[in-house]
Amino acid sequence: MTATTAPTARLRAEDLTLSYDRRTVATSLGVVIPDHSFTVIIGPNACGKSTLLKALARMLRPAAGQVYLDGAAISSYRSREVARRLGLLPQSSTAPGGITVGDLVARGRYPHQRLLKQWTAQDEDAVIAAMRQTGVLELADRPVDDLSGGQRQRVWLSMVLAQETSVLLLDEPTTYLDIAHQVEVLDLCADLHERKGHTIVAVLHDLNQACRYASHLVVMRAGGVIAAEGDPATIMTAELVEDVFGLPCRIIDDPETGTPLMVPTARKRRAMARTS
Amino acid sequence: MSAVRKAGTPATGTTGREGRAGTSKPRVISGRVVRTRGGRVSLRVQGRALAVTSVLLVALVVIMGISLTTGDFELSVGEVLRALTGDGTGGADFIVNTLRMPRLVTALCVGAALAVSGAVLQSLTRNALGSPDIIGFTNGSATGALVVIVVFHGSMTEIAVGALIGGLVTAAVVYLLVFGGGMQGFRLVVMGIGVSALLLAVNSYLITRASWQEALEAQAWLIGSLGNRGWDHAVAIGVAVAVLLPLAFGLAGRLSMVEMGDDTATALGVDVARSRVALLFVSVALAAFATAVTGPIWFIALAAPQVARKLIRSPGPGLVPAALMGAVMLAGSDLAVQRLFSPALLPVGTATGTIGGLYLIWLLVTESRKSRV
Repeated sequence: MTATTAPTARLRAEDLTLSYDRRTVATSLGVVIPDHSFTVIIGPNACGKSTLLKALARMLRPAAGQVYLDGAAISSYRSREVARRLGLLPQSSTAPGGITVGDLVARGRYPHQRLLKQWTAQDEDAVIAAMRQTGVLELADRPVDDLSGGQRQRVWLSMVLAQETSVLLLDEPTTYLDIAHQVEVLDLCADLHERKGHTIVAVLHDLNQACRYASHLVVMRAGGVIAAEGDPATIMTAELVEDVFGLPCRIIDDPETGTPLMVPTARKRRAMARTS
Repeated sequence: MSAVRKAGTPATGTTGREGRAGTSKPRVISGRVVRTRGGRVSLRVQGRALAVTSVLLVALVVIMGISLTTGDFELSVGEVLRALTGDGTGGADFIVNTLRMPRLVTALCVGAALAVSGAVLQSLTRNALGSPDIIGFTNGSATGALVVIVVFHGSMTEIAVGALIGGLVTAAVVYLLVFGGGMQGFRLVVMGIGVSALLLAVNSYLITRASWQEALEAQAWLIGSLGNRGWDHAVAIGVAVAVLLPLAFGLAGRLSMVEMGDDTATALGVDVARSRVALLFVSVALAAFATAVTGPIWFIALAAPQVARKLIRSPGPGLVPAALMGAVMLAGSDLAVQRLFSPALLPVGTATGTIGGLYLIWLLVTESRKSRV
């Protein structure tokens, strides 16, 4: 899928200044999320990638600049209206003690519900569909506390899907999961992207996973600056990785998918390179 | 209250049916669903919460019945009902409408107000210790009242106003102190306990500055009591409850969203900052009004919501069962101190304090055991 950088993209940020506790994380940061893309944001620790995602989901009010959703400033929407258009899976959430899987997923319908419309047929259909997609339907009656980490992450993802938004933001959805569950979650996102045409934006840590799954890659460097963005196959170079992460490496073709695969240079070669 | 609100819809003529009637759909959520044919109204009903609510309502009626019929003068149910409808004999009319009824109404309203205040605050802080009596709001009300008694020599009404202002100001101070570092439940509880200790010192100081007569009046106020509560008290707390409880019930949905964390709640479309301020205000106002009317009554706010939660076993703040539980607990405690220890005039604060102290010990023991596992 080619990146459309047109200003008509549903989700974009212009000239953002982002700060946390008076510490400025990024200045004049702009990003356009191409419609129907699987955009992955990567970068070294504390480069501001999660902060950018938070700003895109209006969790964090920018000190300057503006995020636009569907052509209007995101701050001009009512909270509930944003939640009907854009879903976010935060890094951490607390499941209320004793809640069942089904009840938790059902909470994803909150932005669609009213005092006298607590559980419509549409709510029910959306929740069942979301639970089917993530394979947690059989767990509906189980308490969330009893589940494994991988199952729990699928339940949270299911809750976000039940929200029925066509834009999904995921903040490090694979953290704390073993490799099999990481792949499972990413496959699920790829499915949503391919089959439903959802726009997905995810912050990931693993460069190779990012290159495999992203249709659009955003590489950030320390100080909240975008070093490169575009098709992973085009932008991913050894120079870029060394420049952004300070890690000498080789980029080869992934034998499975043909996407770029980053292999760090051997320790001895790196030591030799330093001494010469 | 919940029973009426939830079950009221199908009774109004529309046909209720099981939401899962279409057997092809798998069952995903707990509880029952009541929907009208056109789908214009659909409600979720938790069976267990409904059962607990009904039992509490029955308990409430029983306690009301015993409170109104027994005592120094025994009255039959018929006599009480006649007195309530205005056809009672002079004696029964005086006993029911002047002595027993205002005290009972005050107990019910104060109990419900304290319990909901505690339930909201515990939910906001995600901490079972986050109740207004533990984190300083009640001591703040006491400071307000003592200032009026000792410094201004005010009347009963002025003392109540002083208590109200004291509670609200304390809450504002605690909130501002915590707000600087992000609103975390644990910080609020710890900060509140600190402020509470400080205010306790201020209160002791105020009493040392008082004449013995003022000190006596202050001491009487400081042990929360329902004795000698007339219709002016009952009406004051009744109006406060009538305004604030529906507000709290209306905000309950957001409260259960905020329990999942700020980010998740925001992602689901809750304006977290605004909801939190509104909920905090409702909680503080309920506690302050209750304390203004009766003086500090400990542990209802702490224990009632937790006990209700354990009984209904469903996640979420469960404000309606909590309100009923608070009303039952306080009216029950008041009945107990009136009847079991008569003719001694024991203030209800001593009863709730004793029961609550035991509950707090149990809570701390089980919590520390849980955290060790």
